Amino acid sequence: MLKQQSPTITIIDELYLMLWKTLPLRLQRPGRLRALVGRSALASLFSLAILLAPSQASAQGAVNEKTQTLTLALTSEPPSASTLLGTDQVSFWLIDHITEGLMGYDKNNALTGAIAKRWELRDDGATFWLRKDAKWSDGSPVTAHDFVFAWREVLKPATASEYAFILYPIKNAEAVNKGELSSDQLGVRAVGDYRLEVTFTQPCAYFLDLTAFISYRPVKEEFFKQYGRAYASDPDKMLYNGPFVLTKWVHGASLNMKKNEHYWNKEVVKLQEIDVPYITSDTSALYNLFKDGEIAMKVVPGIGPDTIKKALADHLPMRKFNDGSNFYMEFNHRPDRLTSNRNLRKAIQLVFDQQLFTNKVVASPGNKPSYSLFPDWVRGAEQPLYKEYPPKFPANDEKLAREYLEKAKQELGLEQIPPLILLSTDSPGANKQSEYVQSLLKRTLGLDIKIDKQIFKQRLAKMGTGEFDLVGSGWGPDFNDAMTFAELFASWNKNNRGRYSNPEYDRLVRLAQSTTDPKTRAHAFGELQQLLIDDAAIINQYQRGYVYLQNTHLRGVVRRIFGGDPVFKYAYIEEEQEK
Amino acid sequence: MLKYTLKRLFSGLVTIWFIATVTFFGMHAVPGDPLMGDKAVSPEIRANLEARYGLDKPLLKQYQIFLTNMAQGDFGISFTQENRKVNDIIKEHFSVSAMLGLLAVIFATIGGVVFGAITALYRNRWPDYVTMFVVVLCVSVPSFVFAAFGQLGIMHFNDLFGTRIPIAGWGTIGHMIVPSLVLGLGTMAYLTRLMRSSMLEVTGADYIRTARAKGLSMQRIFWRHQLRNAILPVVTVLGPAIAAITTGGFVVELVFAIPGLGRYFVQAVQQLDYTVIMGTTVFYGAFLVLMVILVDILYGFIDPRIQVAK
Repeated sequence: MLKQQSPTITIIDELYLMLWKTLPLRLQRPGRLRALVGRSALASLFSLAILLAPSQASAQGAVNEKTQTLTLALTSEPPSASTLLGTDQVSFWLIDHITEGLMGYDKNNALTGAIAKRWELRDDGATFWLRKDAKWSDGSPVTAHDFVFAWREVLKPATASEYAFILYPIKNAEAVNKGELSSDQLGVRAVGDYRLEVTFTQPCAYFLDLTAFISYRPVKEEFFKQYGRAYASDPDKMLYNGPFVLTKWVHGASLNMKKNEHYWNKEVVKLQEIDVPYITSDTSALYNLFKDGEIAMKVVPGIGPDTIKKALADHLPMRKFNDGSNFYMEFNHRPDRLTSNRNLRKAIQLVFDQQLFTNKVVASPGNKPSYSLFPDWVRGAEQPLYKEYPPKFPANDEKLAREYLEKAKQELGLEQIPPLILLSTDSPGANKQSEYVQSLLKRTLGLDIKIDKQIFKQRLAKMGTGEFDLVGSGWGPDFNDAMTFAELFASWNKNNRGRYSNPEYDRLVRLAQSTTDPKTRAHAFGELQQLLIDDAAIINQYQRGYVYLQNTHLRGVVRRIFGGDPVFKYAYIEEEQEK
Repeated sequence: MLKYTLKRLFSGLVTIWFIATVTFFGMHAVPGDPLMGDKAVSPEIRANLEARYGLDKPLLKQYQIFLTNMAQGDFGISFTQENRKVNDIIKEHFSVSAMLGLLAVIFATIGGVVFGAITALYRNRWPDYVTMFVVVLCVSVPSFVFAAFGQLGIMHFNDLFGTRIPIAGWGTIGHMIVPSLVLGLGTMAYLTRLMRSSMLEVTGADYIRTARAKGLSMQRIFWRHQLRNAILPVVTVLGPAIAAITTGGFVVELVFAIPGLGRYFVQAVQQLDYTVIMGTTVFYGAFLVLMVILVDILYGFIDPRIQVAK
């Protein structure tokens, strides 16, 4: 989960620059070396290569204001373009640019109608009236039937959609997903072509936000049935109703999107083309591509402290963004584990310094210390939740921590706490963080920590089976509501890998799930947030942020903490200003 | 010769079966769950996913299905690349790796033979010292270092000469030159050393002395006797070298954003994508075996003294 840039590559960059700088100044100046060595054989060879090279998208540079073309790089190939199956950030980014749901977000990230022109949210369900000018890229209208078909398809057990649970607020959704009911018993129906009626199992205050999520997007049945499982695997096997259409997708190599002329809101879309000729996760290559003017943004992963120095020296335009994810350490609360003891957890909580951990251990610019389950962006009734219900987090206190540790030993009937297992992935960033926790707990509490370093998939497997005492973990939001975090530690949630179980916590989650009153919900979130802190159920660490690079001519890019990010729907390329 | 070729092909098939079997059971023995994602899924979804990939069947049954499909040239569907056939992944991306590898091999072979010959001809003189210093450097420095330097080198070159050589990507000759140079450097250095020692050995041979005594020109001795005989060991290692270069360019592909097969192989291992791991391993294994057999057969043509064992 934690992405770190390769330090080796950065060192090489530095070495190279150092060597380059050791050349006499006269050789560093453009033209001088040429004057000295003439047009070398190497130059001829390269020039020949350029002459032979046909025109490439990359040759147009990062931005082109005349054609309103934007060139980008992706860090990986989108594993899926299907709204039914996408699960990762890169797929979300692609899907969000080529499809649209009932609701969407405007340029200020406020929820707004998209395919739905009007809606009504009730305790028992919702009604959406669809706009009649919304079209698929084949020119046919987007209808309520397309939503009914898509939602049923997501929930069908055979589809095996990992995000099917996000439709569970709809009546019978869970039973359909488990194969207990047929999909036509799902609580959704089309009343004519342009009205969609949804029935809930229980009130769902954040249902409108959910309908902006990719799993709620429409799919045209006839088109889908032509391709079956091959649907959305290539540009011609998919219909588009979003701001862009996918015109080219060379798997693993490149993709290209063009403005969708059938899009109902095409007036807001200024960009004519988004070209992605590079797919690489190499941080150094991405940095070089940006510096060389080949790509307009270098977003993920952000640039670390060393690269920031280089970017400053190169006068590259930097920006900062917090991506809405929250990181914490989970305890194993299963009764047979020592960490099920509250006093032991409190002792660890009292020696963990979030500020120091964020700034000195994670040590990547843009992160913020975290003292709550909820990141700062989570909304309360009227203001951000952290302002309405500030978390009361205990200050570091080593003396008190040792008292808690003694109490824990007495309760557990142990003279000495045996070594605890800290489960971790094998990435350099995770190693650094685990080793810090190991030394911190040894130094302050005399606790021995064994680091169990595993590959990512095995770490997840061990988390699921509970083979750990502590584990570094994190969560990114799926939708714009505190519930995306709050439900994580409900006793019934399968993502609650430490099996934290507190009836009061469960009651508060159920309360927030069953009411639409913003004040009652915010209060419940405030309470359950404090419950986690008082129980030392998790050790809060940091809210993830990063510094990224963006071409100064590229304007109107919206950064979003849920769904596809960055958003280019409102982006445009500004002409160079006269100096 | 036909009998020998058939025999080698049969032993090659056995080797491929062995590689496939070891990889299959080794892969399943690696701890971790290929279907495990960031988010937990319900048992019902999990069961459906297992059924889709045949993971609900006993291991031996899975092995039997895998062998049957492999015999028909079908490696199944990727676990992580939605709806993509492993065969398509190999087909689309190996051609890129092969092109890159081919250029790298051409560069490495020409460079290795030329520099090896130069170092031998100028033994213990400055061209020998300089070349051998560079060779040691090339052997010791890993390819990702050269890749990073190569990319920065292009940027500086563009600055100096006002050119627009692409620093990454794929599709034109401009995209290919530097990555293939970088990829071929290590092999070129290895071939240079091999060629040098081979040349020195040949130079001391009796027939060279005889040729000199006969009064043949240095040029004729070099082209007709020294080079032709010294090149044999180079040809021997060329098969495995071609396979190694073609299949081992992952880092270069990553740094230069080249859509080769190496990236899929590494990603598959990281994500325990069973079908892609099996597909690429068997394909790479078969390619290596084929290269070795081809070179063995070629060897007989280059040096008529070498007879195929009866």
